Amino acid sequence: MTVAPAKEFSELRLDRVGRSFGEANALTDLSLTIKQGEFIALLGPSGCGKSTALNCLAGLLPLTHGSIWEDDRRIDTMRPEKRGFGMVFQNYALFPHMSVRKNVAFGLEMRKTPPAEIKERVAEAIELVHLEDQASKLPGQLSGGQQQRVAIARAVVLRPPLVLMDEPLSNLDAKLRLEMRTQIRRLHQALNLTTVYVTHDQEEALSLADRLVVLRLGKVQQIGTPRELYSQPANAFVADFMGYRNLLKAQVTAVEGKQVVADVSGIRVRATAMTDLKVGDATIVGVRPDDVLVAGPGTTSDGFLVEGLIEVVEYQGREVVTEVRLPNGLSLTLRTDEDLHAGSRVSVAAATGRTLAFADDNTVTRVPDLGVSAEAVAAGES
Amino acid sequence: MSAGTLPAAAVPTDPKGAWRHRLADRGVDRTLWLLLPAVIFVVALFVYPFLYGLSLSFTPTKDAPGIFGNYAKFFADSYYRNTIWLTLRLAIPATLFNTLASVPFAYWMRGRFPGKRAVTTMLVVPITLGTVLTAEGLLNFLGNAGWLNRFLMLIHVTDTPLKLTYNYWGVFLSLILSGFPFAFLLILSYTSGIDPTLERAASTMGASTWQRFMRITLPLLAPGLATTFSLAFVMAFSVFPSALMLGNPQGEEHVIAIAAYEQAYTYYNYSYASAIAMIMGAVELLVIAAVQAIRRTFYIGTTGGKGA
Ligand SMILES: Nc1ncnc2c1ncn2[C@@H]1O[C@H](COP(=O)(O)OP(=O)(O)O)[C@@H](O)[C@H]1O
Ligand SMILES: [Mg+2]
Repeated sequence: MTVAPAKEFSELRLDRVGRSFGEANALTDLSLTIKQGEFIALLGPSGCGKSTALNCLAGLLPLTHGSIWEDDRRIDTMRPEKRGFGMVFQNYALFPHMSVRKNVAFGLEMRKTPPAEIKERVAEAIELVHLEDQASKLPGQLSGGQQQRVAIARAVVLRPPLVLMDEPLSNLDAKLRLEMRTQIRRLHQALNLTTVYVTHDQEEALSLADRLVVLRLGKVQQIGTPRELYSQPANAFVADFMGYRNLLKAQVTAVEGKQVVADVSGIRVRATAMTDLKVGDATIVGVRPDDVLVAGPGTTSDGFLVEGLIEVVEYQGREVVTEVRLPNGLSLTLRTDEDLHAGSRVSVAAATGRTLAFADDNTVTRVPDLGVSAEAVAAGES
Repeated sequence: MSAGTLPAAAVPTDPKGAWRHRLADRGVDRTLWLLLPAVIFVVALFVYPFLYGLSLSFTPTKDAPGIFGNYAKFFADSYYRNTIWLTLRLAIPATLFNTLASVPFAYWMRGRFPGKRAVTTMLVVPITLGTVLTAEGLLNFLGNAGWLNRFLMLIHVTDTPLKLTYNYWGVFLSLILSGFPFAFLLILSYTSGIDPTLERAASTMGASTWQRFMRITLPLLAPGLATTFSLAFVMAFSVFPSALMLGNPQGEEHVIAIAAYEQAYTYYNYSYASAIAMIMGAVELLVIAAVQAIRRTFYIGTTGGKGA
């Protein structure tokens, strides 16, 4: 039996794909169309169903709902060895008893590729990940980063129509992670590989992907380009993932078109509503540390302007990350290149366009809750 | 220990401290005393009897002069010399069968599934029953009027009862009954120790179930197979009660353990019996050495599993 050479598709369509384990739904209604050459990142915290989605795509896990289509060929009923997708596992899953070269050649041998071609393509793939000197070693003799590169070479040598990667960098140290990230991006561009990449690291997802799929408890929260998700998160959960470190519970006191006025434990904030909000609704106001500005005397701001006490200053090279304690007891994190010192007072502000209000759906657990002030309750009831 | 004494011990210029550090580097420190009971146990129960038996085997007797007299006598006497072959003839096929037949079952059961514990418990039962009880049961089961023969005659596979007791087959089957669960449980632990993602990876690379088994699982299992074979072989080679009860202990199933036993307790020739026991051990070591030599041609590193 020979495996047919992988056919390129123009579109891979997931139609309401779901997977349950007994009563528990690990993945619910994932609908997504992946275009040829696209780099998709599945992003979400641990246990949100990312690996489940990937394994369903690879055929390692049967679906319990929905279907997967390669153009107009249904593939979710096919076995993994017939799908011909390349996969990079989180623990690399290199065959410990085979040399690097044998590991990379394995898939080609399974496809009954002529030996001369195997030799050539294996050498090419090993060169691609710069492992020429390690080709005869066993995986156990390689460093983590090198093992990772073998795993990638092993997946791409088959020229698969789709490459699946399950948190491929999570076992590497920070510096190597950055290096490998660049390599993966470079490979993707050089080989025009269609890739689905699973990660819990938003920075990784933003820097690599053409489009992101944010998952929470098996459900899609938002699908979009990095820019869309970054500037317009669909809910507080996505905002949290996209680096909106300041997420504060508040209550809507007024609605003016797309803007709302919210009371954050006594501080009045004018924010851009990202979800439908009515007066009296519980809301979460989010603003990124970079969008909180230090306001000099005489500055005005449409979002909010409030004075606080600098509590912590964390030096980060060009910038400092500062925690400012507000009069209402809440603290605000901001990143600035101004020279700030702990213990001094500072006025901070943010624009309405950069201050977002989401419905409070209890999806973000780390939001501090000091209770809503008495005036706000009164305003909400009136 | 008070906090004050701690830095003193860590200063390398203190000669006593430095010495202690160097020893600790090589794993020598006071915790080694914890090994003492085990060392006493091993010396008392293993080393001493072994050395005693060894010296006994070199003790000359009336009809076996010289230090190697007992050994020379063994190899000169064809009835005794033959016990090696008769025992190997039973032990090697039975061990091969037990080891190899365990592989497909263990492979099939390698994952987690409900009822795994029940199956393994069931398999442990023959081990706990002991060889005598199993031999008795087999005697009833395999005898001329036993269930097996009655069943075979009922379905007309055979018209006269098959002779399965008091001969080679009786002993062979008892070795399987008592040896298979042992081999199976060992192999199961080896297959469970192989990282299941390796096979998943192979399947995404186009390998069929058979190819995955042959190219991934089997090579990674080879060291486990060698170990299992060695242990199961040692057990089978010392076959005694079942040879006595299910075989023809004075004839075709005159196995080496019986030879040693009859010298010790029928003829009270302890030194000859000791020599036979030493020869038994030597044959076992030879077979194990051969198996390990074969094993060395395979990969022997980590299998990426939980144990790695
Ligand atoms: N084989 C399984 N049996 C039962 N539950 C599972 C199984 N695999 C995953 N799950 C559950 O499905 C959910 C999603 O798991 P997973 O896809 O591995 O998450 P992620 O990769 O995003 O960390 C988790 O709650 C997990 O406990
Ligand atoms: Mg995962």
